[in-house]
Amino acid sequence: MAVVYILWLREVKKYLRSRPQILASLGQPLMYLLAMGFGLGPVFQKAGQGDYLQFIAPGVVGMAVLFTSIFSGIGLLWDRQFGFLKETLVAPVPRLQIMVGRTVGGATVAMIQGILVLTVCLIAGFRPHGLASVPLALLFMALIAVVFAALGTVIGSTLRDMQGFQLVMNFLVMPIFFLSGALFPLADLPPALAVATHLDPLSYGIDGLRGALIGQSHFGVAVDLAVLGSVAVCFLALGARAFSKIQI
Amino acid sequence: MIRVENLVKTFGDVIAVEGVSFDVRAGEIFAFLGPNGAGKTTTIKMLTTLLRPTSGSITLDGLDPAAKPLDVRRRFGIVFQDPSLDGDLTAYENMELHGVLYHVPRRVRTERIQTLLSLFELWDRRGSRVKEFSGGMKRRLEIARGLLHTPKILFLDEPTLGLDPQSRNQLWTHVRHLNETEGVTVFLTTHYMDEAERVAHRIAVIDHGRIVAQGSPQDLKQQTGTESLEQAFLALTGSSIRDERVDGADQMRQMARMWRR
Ligand SMILES: Nc1ncnc2c1ncn2[C@@H]1O[C@H](COP(=O)(O)OP(=O)(O)O)[C@@H](O)[C@H]1O
Ligand SMILES: [Mg+2]
Repeated sequence: MAVVYILWLREVKKYLRSRPQILASLGQPLMYLLAMGFGLGPVFQKAGQGDYLQFIAPGVVGMAVLFTSIFSGIGLLWDRQFGFLKETLVAPVPRLQIMVGRTVGGATVAMIQGILVLTVCLIAGFRPHGLASVPLALLFMALIAVVFAALGTVIGSTLRDMQGFQLVMNFLVMPIFFLSGALFPLADLPPALAVATHLDPLSYGIDGLRGALIGQSHFGVAVDLAVLGSVAVCFLALGARAFSKIQI
Repeated sequence: MIRVENLVKTFGDVIAVEGVSFDVRAGEIFAFLGPNGAGKTTTIKMLTTLLRPTSGSITLDGLDPAAKPLDVRRRFGIVFQDPSLDGDLTAYENMELHGVLYHVPRRVRTERIQTLLSLFELWDRRGSRVKEFSGGMKRRLEIARGLLHTPKILFLDEPTLGLDPQSRNQLWTHVRHLNETEGVTVFLTTHYMDEAERVAHRIAVIDHGRIVAQGSPQDLKQQTGTESLEQAFLALTGSSIRDERVDGADQMRQMARMWRR
């Protein structure tokens, strides 16, 4: 446990020590919230879909958690580059513990980031439908964070250098975000897009967040929980496997 | 303590290690010497579970690193040739993390961290982040960290690269002390022949992935008919500078040596 804890602590410390980056990483969600929330709001309203700011805020929170968690996993690449990874890989500790410490640390950081963005949303005028919704929302944030921190670990263990990073960004992370229904409702989509959104784990995360925060859910909160939970287990297993195979 | 037979490692068409065999006895200080690119670090990576051999066998304290990595990791400590610190953490935090990873009990940990950081003159800077350190300070911290726990086998891959003479002296005094009092087996590489001559009981010289000579410093001087280990080393490995293409004359010398064996 001490090993898992100290590696978790390392992730959290590194995050808290990078204040400029924290601020910078609030910029993107904020821009989506303001530009889309207020810009597309009238159109959304005319289409009879209600208040777009209310709709998009959970999506923006999910986006912040997605990016932070997946990048924390990819942080493995930096540790490889700067050499610190070797130090943990030769330690007399099961690699599973190292992987769990790192991943849970990354997920924690993503949660903090998600809570910051949620706070920004509240300041911008987002109104969740009651305080009771907060614990469930936190649970969904945690699940999203674990799923994508684990996915980041898979990617970080598999890539050898930063060159593959751009590829992963454009062909994996951005599609996960755009196909998740963070920005549009999942109902009545063209079939191809509907299939894609159903395959995207983030769809269930954001749907769950919406269910918790504004009481609107496409799949149903129970389904969201079940799907995300299973995906989390799968990705953790894949991450552990990939991590145990790293050679330097 | 370490037995290596016919060890081979290839990366694509680069043959980094080409059929290396040697034995390191328990309680011995063993120096693995060779020019840049000879295959020293690659060999150490295979011994320390970071790389799987292409072929050949390794036993380390009776265990195969590829088959029982965790058990092997419980037996050694290592100072890497390349940086392996976390620049965002402080010197103290880097030490602490290492102590936890190696299960050093808290009381011993606190005490030894202070001793070692003081020994390598880093105690006053223990609260600074490592990325603010100079090259020499980072190197000293890597060494202090490597000495935090007492393993059965200690690997030192060019530990003194970029160190001032004072720190070098500290290091070797400490290593010898560990070897004599705790019976730690030491496997080291260095480009400084005076260091090897000073601390090593036995030496293997590796060049182009092959062992070209083995024995005590005395043996090597005798084998080559030279006065110093430095001369013996040059006689064994040629005087061309590595990390560049080997020139014709040197290749001839290599060939000649292969034939002679
Ligand atoms: N990961 C790698 N991929 C390709 N070639 C490598 C890799 N690691 C080492 N090599 C090559 O293997 C040879 C031996 O390297 P190394 O073991 O680092 O030498 P030394 O430590 O003796 O200086 C060199 O030619 C080096 O370029
Ligand atoms: Mg080397």
